[in-house]
Amino acid sequence: MRARIGLGAALLAVSPAAALEPFAVVGDAIPAPLGGLAGDGQRGAALVRDRERGNCLICHQGADPSEPFQGSIGPPLAGVGARLDAGQIRLRLVDASLLNPQTVMPPYFRTENLQDVAPAFRGKPALSAQEIEDVVSYLATLRAD
Amino acid sequence: MVAVICLILQTSAALAEIRSGTDFLSPELRRQQADETRNPGFFWVEQGRELFTRKPAGDGQACIACHVEPQQSLRGAATRYPQVDAATGRLMNLEGRIEQCRVERQSQPAFGYETPDLLSLTAYLASLSRGLPMQVTTDGPAQPYYEAGRAFFARRQGQLNLSCQQCHDGLVGQKLRGDTISHGAGTGYPAYRLEWNEVGSLHRRLRACSLGVRATQFEAGGPEYLALELYLAGRARGLPVETPAMRR
Ligand code: HEC
Ligand code: HEC
Repeated sequence: MRARIGLGAALLAVSPAAALEPFAVVGDAIPAPLGGLAGDGQRGAALVRDRERGNCLICHQGADPSEPFQGSIGPPLAGVGARLDAGQIRLRLVDASLLNPQTVMPPYFRTENLQDVAPAFRGKPALSAQEIEDVVSYLATLRAD
Repeated sequence: MVAVICLILQTSAALAEIRSGTDFLSPELRRQQADETRNPGFFWVEQGRELFTRKPAGDGQACIACHVEPQQSLRGAATRYPQVDAATGRLMNLEGRIEQCRVERQSQPAFGYETPDLLSLTAYLASLSRGLPMQVTTDGPAQPYYEAGRAFFARRQGQLNLSCQQCHDGLVGQKLRGDTISHGAGTGYPAYRLEWNEVGSLHRRLRACSLGVRATQFEAGGPEYLALELYLAGRARGLPVETPAMRR
């Protein structure tokens, strides 16, 4: 996986936004929790489903088939914890465009190089460092397809 | 002969690429849209027809005094909007033309974008072009507006950093929660949306898409969405006008 993406140590980068907790990219992952925070999987599960905050199921099929109206745009989230480790999931949430510049997956922890952001959301990441960690904790538990 | 065949092939290729939003509706909603007695949009069309014949206050004339037999004289008009207004050089959509007639020829205060009266008149006039292919002009003086619309369509925007194109080109047919993403042709507007419980303008729909990606919602009737409307209409060239459409 890392070799295929080929970022290697070259992207050992620092967070672009001063206001956000800094993070280091290693290969295709951000191995260390943002701000050294511990995630809460239960809160993460709620965020993924919540239509205001995470709203992930607008694009992804989640792990609960009984949830109505799930999206078909991104890969299904069931089994994501078996496909990716926590650091890899973290990077994909923080800014998936670091791996795929054309990606449709929104950057949830980025405030720079965005255009025409609505005033209410300007200068803030879509999810806070704590919320990212909560969602990472939850997704890492989704090991079964 | 060969040229004719080429033309037909080209037209059908263009149609195969961009499909109407109606193609992506549930069969039930599609049936309801087609049935004038069950499509609530026709209530607005009726209102518009009535307003069109009503004499305004003072000594202004009704629309129908200038536009006699609108079923013939204005059939096809909506297929050519937005267009550049010859007098001002500015891009104008159907709503803008109605407001211009209202202010300059009827000496009445403008209705205002998204008011029930303007929506009804727009829905009525567009309904006179039902089934006729969209054919806006995108070159000449319209070109800079068209290009601006195209650039807007392609630009990523909002906190979620998505462009119109990523959804309405790249993800057509995919599910976004309960919605099936279409090409964003917009040929049924003003349309009755179940979510609104009323008829709304294309620009109101565009504001909803902007909000969806947490981007700036531009003013309805303002230059950004006007240029976008021209681009969408040019992209939808050949698709029939379907106003009043029904949408989720
Ligand atoms: C607008 C659509 C959209 C939204 C909203 C969205 N995603 Fe995604 N997601 C995608 C797409 C598309 C991909 C594939 C990315 C790629 O290949 O570049 C993806 C990839 C991922 C991946 C990597 C999956 C894998 O198997 O490689 C994870 C994890 C993920 N998303 C989680 C989330 C979470 C959690 C949220 C909400 C906080 C979310 N996504 C919101 C579209 C979306
Ligand atoms: C995250 C995905 C997404 C983005 C980005 C997006 N839209 Fe949409 N749009 C939708 C969905 C879903 C609908 C409702 C289903 C449909 O008709 O496509 C819709 C509907 C529309 C319609 C009505 C189509 C019809 O015929 O009823 C138009 C027009 C439109 N969008 C244009 C745009 C434009 C212009 C932009 C950029 C400013 C944009 N959209 C951005 C998802 C999106």
